[in-house]
Amino acid sequence: MLERAHILVCGGTGCTSGNSKKIFTEFERILKDNKLDGEVKLIMTGCFGLCARGPIVVVYPDGTFYQHVKPSDVEEIVVEHILKGRPVERLLNKEKDEDGSVKPFNETAFYKSQHRLVLRNCGVINPENIDEYLAYDGYLAYQKAVTEMTPQEVIDVIKASGLRGRGGGGFPTGTKWQFARNSVSDKKFVVCNADEGDPGAFMDRSVLEGDPHSVIEAMMIAGYAIGADQGYIYVRAEYPIAVSRLQIAIAQALEYGILGDNAMGLGHKFNIELRLGAGAFVCGEETALLNSTEGKRGEPRQRPPFPAVKGLFGKPTLINNVETYANITSIILKGADWFASMGTEKSKGTKVFALGGKIHNTGLVEIPMGTTLRTIIEEIGGGIPNGKKFKAAQTGGPSGGCIPASLIDTPIDYDNLIAIGSMMGSGGLIVMDEDNCMVDIAKFFLEFTVDESCGKCTPCRVGNKRLYEMLDKVTKGEATMEDLDEMEALCHYIKENSLCGLGQTAPNPVLSTLRYFKDEYIAHVRDKKCPAGVCKALVSYEIDPALCVGCGLCKRGCPVGAISGEIRQVHVIDPKKCIKCGACIAACRKNAIKK
Amino acid sequence: MSKEIIGTPQQYEQFCQVLEELKSVPGPVMKAMQSAQDIYGYLPIEVQSKIASTFGVSLEEVYGIATFYSQFNLNPKGKYTIGICLGTACYVKGSGAILDKFKEKLGISPGETTADRKFTLDATRCIGCCGLAPVLTVGGEVFGNLTVDDVDRILARYND
Repeated sequence: MLERAHILVCGGTGCTSGNSKKIFTEFERILKDNKLDGEVKLIMTGCFGLCARGPIVVVYPDGTFYQHVKPSDVEEIVVEHILKGRPVERLLNKEKDEDGSVKPFNETAFYKSQHRLVLRNCGVINPENIDEYLAYDGYLAYQKAVTEMTPQEVIDVIKASGLRGRGGGGFPTGTKWQFARNSVSDKKFVVCNADEGDPGAFMDRSVLEGDPHSVIEAMMIAGYAIGADQGYIYVRAEYPIAVSRLQIAIAQALEYGILGDNAMGLGHKFNIELRLGAGAFVCGEETALLNSTEGKRGEPRQRPPFPAVKGLFGKPTLINNVETYANITSIILKGADWFASMGTEKSKGTKVFALGGKIHNTGLVEIPMGTTLRTIIEEIGGGIPNGKKFKAAQTGGPSGGCIPASLIDTPIDYDNLIAIGSMMGSGGLIVMDEDNCMVDIAKFFLEFTVDESCGKCTPCRVGNKRLYEMLDKVTKGEATMEDLDEMEALCHYIKENSLCGLGQTAPNPVLSTLRYFKDEYIAHVRDKKCPAGVCKALVSYEIDPALCVGCGLCKRGCPVGAISGEIRQVHVIDPKKCIKCGACIAACRKNAIKK
Repeated sequence: MSKEIIGTPQQYEQFCQVLEELKSVPGPVMKAMQSAQDIYGYLPIEVQSKIASTFGVSLEEVYGIATFYSQFNLNPKGKYTIGICLGTACYVKGSGAILDKFKEKLGISPGETTADRKFTLDATRCIGCCGLAPVLTVGGEVFGNLTVDDVDRILARYND
């Protein structure tokens, strides 16, 4: 039976945290109560991307986009919208067309400049139902590859498309496949790196949650191309929804005969096993991931030999990231030229970014390569909240660097980001405003890498620790100008001498902040001041006598009794007692307290 | 190797079954440890020892894996684990202050459990709900858009 409406409820991690499961069951119950369960189809989808406005519900055929939906809103949506055909105004997005009508969601600023290729099925299909994937040309690319193309032809198409590894390195994917194909062995493996560990990054998670079959299909194509019959998906255990949807997807693909000894009846064998991580960032590094997949400590291996020659269980292995795989089926179906028509000269296609930090529209965005940071932040991201000024964007997580406001018009692609001292990374994009201290941010990332260093090689294990201590001195106002020079020298030493990608990139946040925000470092060192007012040791709180009305709120809010003053008299903070917790600033209604 | 039952008979039966199933799987040690932790809540030394002998590796190797990964626990955890996200997005939005408040309230540091075994405090990596930053999880439940003032309210919810 054909349904007259579809209700899509977002089942991504963000919206699930906002109780979208309860919203889903409420819809089930209320649709049933109104005897609509045969006419209206209810679907739990993957991520829509606009996590800041979650939980999200979309109603088709009209494409009405409801935001911040609560379980208590469900009845109104069913009764007003589904029964009477009147969308619930108060839950709609606020962007209006010139004629005053609410814009369809794909025309709003957040979606308009996006190009959803990797995320094409996220927020569209039910990821727990293989039939929906099949209806959207699912497993057609595998069929085409196996029946119409030789393995070498598959690789040639990937090469010609210009696709580069989306995990951060940007290595040409076709070349990687070629290496794995050229290795001669009785057994080869295809591995998917789904150990998305960068803080602030959740692109791969959303693909796995919203469209797990696209990754499975791409791995099957890779298996055919390089001559492998076994795949492994190594996924973070911190992603329970992604893990469970992958399990469901693999089980359904087996049941349909899509995976198995005679995959899709086309004469090739391919199976996939899931391996779960256990909380070690270094496992995102490909050789460490291979060790961990084998059930060992996730320490990196020396390269060469590269995994394409000697990888998992000592056999030639192709290893790609989730987002890289998610591009494959479209390239096979639509051709290399179509893919290469998007993007810049050396970076083709699109890139998914997880937009976070000080920005209105936090969430997941997919843009053609070459889009400027300005478009992402001002248009798609909706700008910085609270009227603050954009200071910098951090890409590439703990391995990347920051892009200062002066470079906001740089077209984003692999080579441009490297040139300005950052990197694409896996796609975390954290926006910072004037209240963020860049020395503190560098210290934060370094603390992360120090903690996550596996300890195998000395430059990373000891070098980063020493670097962290130097940064700590800076944030406490105890460093000298010579320390800054030494820091920079140490950064280069660590980069040149570490064994794996973790160590080789760990100093990047320090180097890039030193490059663009040296004046902030100097302010910490020479003037003993933290311009952003973040570094506690360098901040002192003062009450502006001109603004203080003597209401006493700050005095009551202070946990250590550092504030004194009679009612209706100007209050004062005793710097000796003050612990710089900020409680007084939060309490004051006159903005009289300054850092 | 001791023949004694580890944990309750049900736990032990489940554990032995998992080990049996994994005998045909390549690279089984970590999978066995993950299942064992699901069953027992942590990895007592007897469990590690049994995994080692089952798969023919040394206890040192199993212990080495257990201490390498942050998700393996060598000690039992509290009834509720409070995980405060210190990912970038949460950090820039003030999750550090929230963690400090929990430390003060519970009198424990991250990784520790209160004396009554009720709460374990964890500083976690990004859990991926950056749109709700700053966030924390208690058990499987997620709390978002937090301020320091929410700490008491959250603790009160688990006042059982």
